[in-house]
Amino acid sequence: MIRDIFAGVIRIITGCRSRHAGPCDSTGPRVYFANHTSNLDAVVVWSSLPRECRRDCRIVAAKDYWGRTAVRRWLACKVFRAVLIDRKGVTKSNYPLRDITACLDDGCSVIIFPEGTRGDGDGAAPFRAGLWHIARDRPGVEIVPVWIENLNRVLPKGEVLPVPIAVAVTVGEPVVRGADEPKQPYLERCRDAMLGLRGEPS
Amino acid sequence: MIDDNMLILLGIVAGLLVLGSLIAEVGVRVARTEGGIDVAKNLKDRMRSWWLMATVFAVSVLVGGVMTVVLFGVSSFLALREFITLTPTRRGDHRALFWAFFVIIPVQYLLIVQERYSAFLVFIPVYAFLLIPARMAAAGQTEGFLGRMSRIQWGLMTCVYFIGHVPALLALDIVGYTGTNATLLFFFILIVQINDVSQFVVGKLIGKRAIAPLVSPNKTVAGMVGGLTISAGVGASLAWITPFGVIDAAAIALCVAFMGFMGDLTMSAVKRDIGVKDYSQAIPGHGGVLDRLDSLTFAAPAFFHIVRYFYTGQV
Repeated sequence: MIRDIFAGVIRIITGCRSRHAGPCDSTGPRVYFANHTSNLDAVVVWSSLPRECRRDCRIVAAKDYWGRTAVRRWLACKVFRAVLIDRKGVTKSNYPLRDITACLDDGCSVIIFPEGTRGDGDGAAPFRAGLWHIARDRPGVEIVPVWIENLNRVLPKGEVLPVPIAVAVTVGEPVVRGADEPKQPYLERCRDAMLGLRGEPS
Repeated sequence: MIDDNMLILLGIVAGLLVLGSLIAEVGVRVARTEGGIDVAKNLKDRMRSWWLMATVFAVSVLVGGVMTVVLFGVSSFLALREFITLTPTRRGDHRALFWAFFVIIPVQYLLIVQERYSAFLVFIPVYAFLLIPARMAAAGQTEGFLGRMSRIQWGLMTCVYFIGHVPALLALDIVGYTGTNATLLFFFILIVQINDVSQFVVGKLIGKRAIAPLVSPNKTVAGMVGGLTISAGVGASLAWITPFGVIDAAAIALCVAFMGFMGDLTMSAVKRDIGVKDYSQAIPGHGGVLDRLDSLTFAAPAFFHIVRYFYTGQV
């Protein structure tokens, strides 16, 4: 209930329109991967998913940002049910991918940003390998590209005050890994699929 | 706020909406060709949106006063949002845009509520126009400066300043017409929208020669003449609810309709420049908020100043 209200409020504030190029009624866990341009990315993608997909969807977020204040911790845990991961001092024992696969095994979907860092909103940096590891280790999981348009204009890096520019989220069709498809080609295919969702602004 | 004249206007609008919905229903049933079915479906969407818009507008005008101003303030905000979303802006515009959305719009509408006519008149074209480029210059990004600056200024001018002239009508002290300015506002909106619709319909039925084919192939000479004629006729026949005589009402409606046409045409040229067909898909069948308000942007200041100059005894 409170999650639906939050999702609705976020959609109204960001003026978010979402388009679904592929089917959005999948029952199994999915990995949504999107371009990263703003601190609000994960939350906006989450709020633009259809209700039944959103219910079991968790965002993957940095512990140092979302764990900082009580309000953020509450939002992260109760509302977005975030999988909080360490960005600094990553070792074998707290390797973030483990939390994500555990989450998928529980039947939840996740939203991740394989560029690893925020871009300028036009293109996309090369992808980190995590996506490929998930595709290889969990072949039943659908890997779905998402393109976020304009969010970097709402709240550019280093700004505190947002501007109400309307955001558009496009969800594409799953990128299926071919049998024995190696890492680089697969990651590039994923990246192309994501960039292919950039459409006309209308 | 409800008097007999307002009730009659509401009745006319309801009648037109029922008529349009009936035509759409019949159209959906009898259409056979693919193109015909599309037209009928679009008309059905349009009519549904018309009902919603008319209801929101009527309620806010009937509640009156601040509610009417709030309705147009929110419309300005949504229109400017559509415009800025489609317009390429740079990182250096961010703070100026924040000012435009969260300071300039509220202040402008506050001036309208407080009926401060001279401040309302100069706030955007003088002070906002000084503030925006200065804030952008301070942000330090100079590429395309002139173009970026004028895009934001044009957005403020059309979406906020011009549209603000509609609720500003409520503050006019019209000789022998006290307390019923809301009816006049309703009359104005009705003329503009009837002009839009009749231009479109007449153009579709008998229009041949496009006025500016590169800007908008749908605007034909016949459509424009038909729209102007129907608007002037409606204006004259409703003269008795306005402070105008019959001939004056026809002339004013004609002028409003012509300005509406020019607004529509100009905003189409802006869309062509940006490379889109509609400003957004916020209103099913119509496009964006700005697609519905485009004719209003030009017509509102003209109507406001005609009434103020000739009917309030002020110069």
